[in-house]
Amino acid sequence: MSGQGTAAPAIRVILPQHLRALAGLGSNPFAGTGAEVALKVQAPVTVRRGLDALEARYPMLKGTIREYGTGQRRAFLRFFACETDWSHASLDAELPGVITEGKEPLLIVAAIAGG
Amino acid sequence: MSKVRVLVGTKKGAFVLSADGTRKDWEVSGPFFAGWEIYHVKGSPADPQRLWASQSSGWSGQVMQRSDDGGATWAPVGNKFVYDGVPGTHQWYDGTPHPWEFKRVWHLEPSLTDPDTVYAGVEDAALFKSTDGGANWEELAGLRGHGAERDTYAPHWQPGAGGMCLHTIILDPSNKQRMYIAISAAGAFRTDDGGRNWKPINKGLVSNFMPNPTAEVGHCVHHVAMHKARPEVLFMQKHWDVMRSDDAGESWQEVSGNLPTDFGFAIDVHAHEPDTIYVAPIKSDSEHFPLNGALRIYRSRTGGNQWEALTRGLPQKDCYVNVLRDAMAVDQLDACGVYFGTTGGQVYASADAGENWAPIVHDLPAVLSVEVQTLA
Repeated sequence: MSGQGTAAPAIRVILPQHLRALAGLGSNPFAGTGAEVALKVQAPVTVRRGLDALEARYPMLKGTIREYGTGQRRAFLRFFACETDWSHASLDAELPGVITEGKEPLLIVAAIAGG
Repeated sequence: MSKVRVLVGTKKGAFVLSADGTRKDWEVSGPFFAGWEIYHVKGSPADPQRLWASQSSGWSGQVMQRSDDGGATWAPVGNKFVYDGVPGTHQWYDGTPHPWEFKRVWHLEPSLTDPDTVYAGVEDAALFKSTDGGANWEELAGLRGHGAERDTYAPHWQPGAGGMCLHTIILDPSNKQRMYIAISAAGAFRTDDGGRNWKPINKGLVSNFMPNPTAEVGHCVHHVAMHKARPEVLFMQKHWDVMRSDDAGESWQEVSGNLPTDFGFAIDVHAHEPDTIYVAPIKSDSEHFPLNGALRIYRSRTGGNQWEALTRGLPQKDCYVNVLRDAMAVDQLDACGVYFGTTGGQVYASADAGENWAPIVHDLPAVLSVEVQTLA
């Protein structure tokens, strides 16, 4: 059955500082310890599946990246992969091979905003 | 010897300030949840080691935190706040219908008797309850559903300038079925059956910005306070006007009396004197700072109308901070301690019911809320 039960390499997800702290991964403001999370995700690898795996491991992140109810990305967070903004793509769009193979990370980026 | 623990929510984290009963030497811990807005931190009367904190940000929404060791360590609990049924619409600023959208928890009110039960007042205005230590939250939907087809019904509510927030929750210690809440800018409401049914309790309020200044809802109530020994008496700081009710909110009378301005946000009651109340007058709705740059708490020992300025130890010139609605609290010691926080990052304390003040801290982020626990 296509896409079912295919063990993928761990994808790499980089979280913004506030969410790293919330997940207990440290609060270093610079990418470093705790910035990157490796997650096993079943193929086909999509943003939705990546987030599902992230929230399964770190339940405290539920509701902080995708809103409850709508399931939509929060307005001040964005998804980047391979230097491309995936924020407005379908959450079910398959990510590039270099992401699914763990060669490049999926970045969850917080807007530079606020006071 | 007794101790006090002051729980401070700020724009950039939470702080816990601790002292013994003399309230002279303070230990400051924090920031907890650094960088996040902490609208409110409050301890359970049934288990003072259990604390609740509302953590939120514009980036990542709402998180709820719980401590079971008096604030030394914290852990996230459930943060799923979903309105009951179809959320519907309320009035937007321009009078058009606007979808009900959850934004944040403004106020947490732990049960007086059960450490696992806590109420949350949220924006857009609704009341939620958890009975399992914060794991799950359920809306008490009777509040928004009350009075359907009437003009007091939730679709007619409208936000104040700070958003449409349910910011005040008061549990009646003499009647488990009775609870009061207040919403900006809908007004005050009461339930007598544990939250199933609600009624607006705004008779006597006059708000000149409204098309009908005495309408049953639409008033911008800023905060309400009650003394536990006299739960039918309520004191209210409205957008303008300080008000008093002697009949559980059925009717209100203005008690602004000789206040130099009766605009403000915070109001509280002395721990042992039910007729001694405190307000922090603010110049006006367009100038949110003390009159003439002098930070003054006003105290009435007569339940309103006669007010005296409390100034000793407070800056009396060049002070342009605000005192927000949940940023004043009292302890239970004798003499009663009074505390308030400012948007300038000061938390002031008085260990003698307001006669003398001193800052516990003076360089925190803007203070959103102050609560006090009195510990044996």
